[in-house]
Amino acid sequence: MFVYHLRLALLSLRRTPAVSLLMVVAVGLGIGVSMTMLSVYALMAGDPIPAKSGMLHAVQLDSWSPDRPFDEPNEPPLQLTWRDATALAERSPAGLRRTAMVGTGFVAEVPGADDVRPEIVSARAATADFFEMFEVPFLHGTGWGAAGDADAAPAIVLSRELNEKLFGGEDSVGREVRVGTDLLRVVGVIDEWQPTPRFYDLNTGAFADTDDAFVPLALLDRHQLEWGINGSVNCWQAPPAEGIFPSECTFAQFWVELPDARAVEDYRAFLDAYVLEQKKLGRFPRPLNNRLSDVRAWLDANEVVRDDNSVLLGLSFMFLIVCLLNTVGLLLAKFLGRSGDVGVRRALGASRARVFQQHLTEVGLLGVFGGVLGLGIAWIGLVAVRRLYVDYERVAHLNAELVAVAIVLAVAAGLLAGLYPAWRICRIQPAAYLKTQ
Amino acid sequence: MLKMKGVSKVYRTDMVQTSALRDFDLVVDEGEFVAVTGPSGSGKTTFLNIAGLLEGFDAGTYELDGADVSRLGDDARSRIRNEKIGFIFQGFNLIADLNVFDNVDVPLRYRGFDAAERAKRIHESLELVGLASRVKHLPSQLSGGQQQRVAIARALAGSPRFLLADEPTGNLDSVMARQVMELLEEINGRGTTIIMVTHDPELARRAHRNVHMLDGQVTDFTEFEAAVRVREVRAVAAGA
Repeated sequence: MFVYHLRLALLSLRRTPAVSLLMVVAVGLGIGVSMTMLSVYALMAGDPIPAKSGMLHAVQLDSWSPDRPFDEPNEPPLQLTWRDATALAERSPAGLRRTAMVGTGFVAEVPGADDVRPEIVSARAATADFFEMFEVPFLHGTGWGAAGDADAAPAIVLSRELNEKLFGGEDSVGREVRVGTDLLRVVGVIDEWQPTPRFYDLNTGAFADTDDAFVPLALLDRHQLEWGINGSVNCWQAPPAEGIFPSECTFAQFWVELPDARAVEDYRAFLDAYVLEQKKLGRFPRPLNNRLSDVRAWLDANEVVRDDNSVLLGLSFMFLIVCLLNTVGLLLAKFLGRSGDVGVRRALGASRARVFQQHLTEVGLLGVFGGVLGLGIAWIGLVAVRRLYVDYERVAHLNAELVAVAIVLAVAAGLLAGLYPAWRICRIQPAAYLKTQ
Repeated sequence: MLKMKGVSKVYRTDMVQTSALRDFDLVVDEGEFVAVTGPSGSGKTTFLNIAGLLEGFDAGTYELDGADVSRLGDDARSRIRNEKIGFIFQGFNLIADLNVFDNVDVPLRYRGFDAAERAKRIHESLELVGLASRVKHLPSQLSGGQQQRVAIARALAGSPRFLLADEPTGNLDSVMARQVMELLEEINGRGTTIIMVTHDPELARRAHRNVHMLDGQVTDFTEFEAAVRVREVRAVAAGA
């Protein structure tokens, strides 16, 4: 019967092309606008590392000024000082994965390969657990391991893209890359990896690309001046003459993997003990105010999804409702205009349920057409969003999941809009229309 | 068999109550061809709608084919309409978007027949009305008489026990009307009970039995027939 109803639906749409088109456009517009906003919102609010987001914790220590908080009302800095990040990396309890990191950059070239252009590299100096903690997929090789951290091993892990540029995409593990006067040995090449948002360091944009290369944090220590810091630096007092690495300026990130609530409590105690110890050295003038935030809480604290995004999403769904209300009116007029045919069908044995199903099939079909149009509109909307907002380039995309959501939403919206008109038409008294046909 | 006893039907609006049927009694035996006549507003169509389970009624009882159908729900009434009753309307009531084949197919779809059975029945019934070669035509491509024959084929395709016809020749010229009437007689000859509402005394005379209605009740048909004949004689005299 469904196929029969589908055929009748197509006939009906053909019989009233203008009204049908209007309804498809109404549903399509509503779906298009709401899907544009939903696409952006879903990727912004998505969990970038679902399997571990509850275990990975960003650490904040309140090393800020005694006179004012980093942010009102009493927020600690979002990053750590170099001194604290490296100290936590060294002294965190054994068995816990942890990583301290700083964004940096340099020019990399392949020694002896004159035909390969030197590349400006956005790099991340991190400790070895970074790769396992954040589930970084490797194409070739691995990270440098704990020994590499301790020895400041001249090692480098390349992104797939940088490996493509420097080595034509071949397995470059064991090859050398020249950075300044240093020769760094390639120990690994990672596959496509783009957590969205890029939760582990939100300072250069929540939706920024992942880094081109990764090097041991200890190497950055040696090359503080040459490589520098690629990220934001926050200071509450002027750095000393030796530079910002030994200062109270914050520019490092620190993450620790805590498998359960007990581990979180233990680590909180460890942080408190560390800060109390530092207080004895004259640091940390503010009251104890350490924070441990899992990935979700960290994204919230950094306002990755801003309130206006939520408001826009709500408005777009209200627009969808307005479109659906228009569709209800059009459907009602269309269906009731067909009362004569329905009267005949009822006289010939169609039950109310059959008439209801027939008309719901028609609105379902309208929903599918509206969904397809809506996807087109959403695609155009997302192109516009990408052009208007560079930051949203990575999130303003449709993926297979969102396409499926759009179609399901369109059909569901169509069915919802069609419920009342279909109910009205199935309740007509057939006798009233048979004489007047 | 169709048996109505003491059936009453009142149409109510905020201001007015109209009794369409009053204590209406009628028995139609299997295989009969009954013509129902009466002036406009006498309740003929209301009777036919109630007989066809298209409308309910306020009082009385109605038995169809030996079963009391007075208080059935919508689904059961739809099923009985589909399985036991065929309808023929004055305005043909074909669905404009559907071709002849698909129009005849409508009641069979709701009956749940498979495609082969439906096709067989459609071809047989169109063969009977002489339109087997027009299956692809839309109603708008047929004459009035052909459309009514399609409607008859549609009514017959499900092999109903009862055929209810409401002014089946009302929109046709005399030649077409005669053809349709002959077709109805042929169908009745095959055993289908027919109840036909008509204004046309000539057609009514061709039925086995005539039921005359006035003010929602059955009256003596002979009085009606005599009155009609007087009118006819006067008309002939005036013409002469």
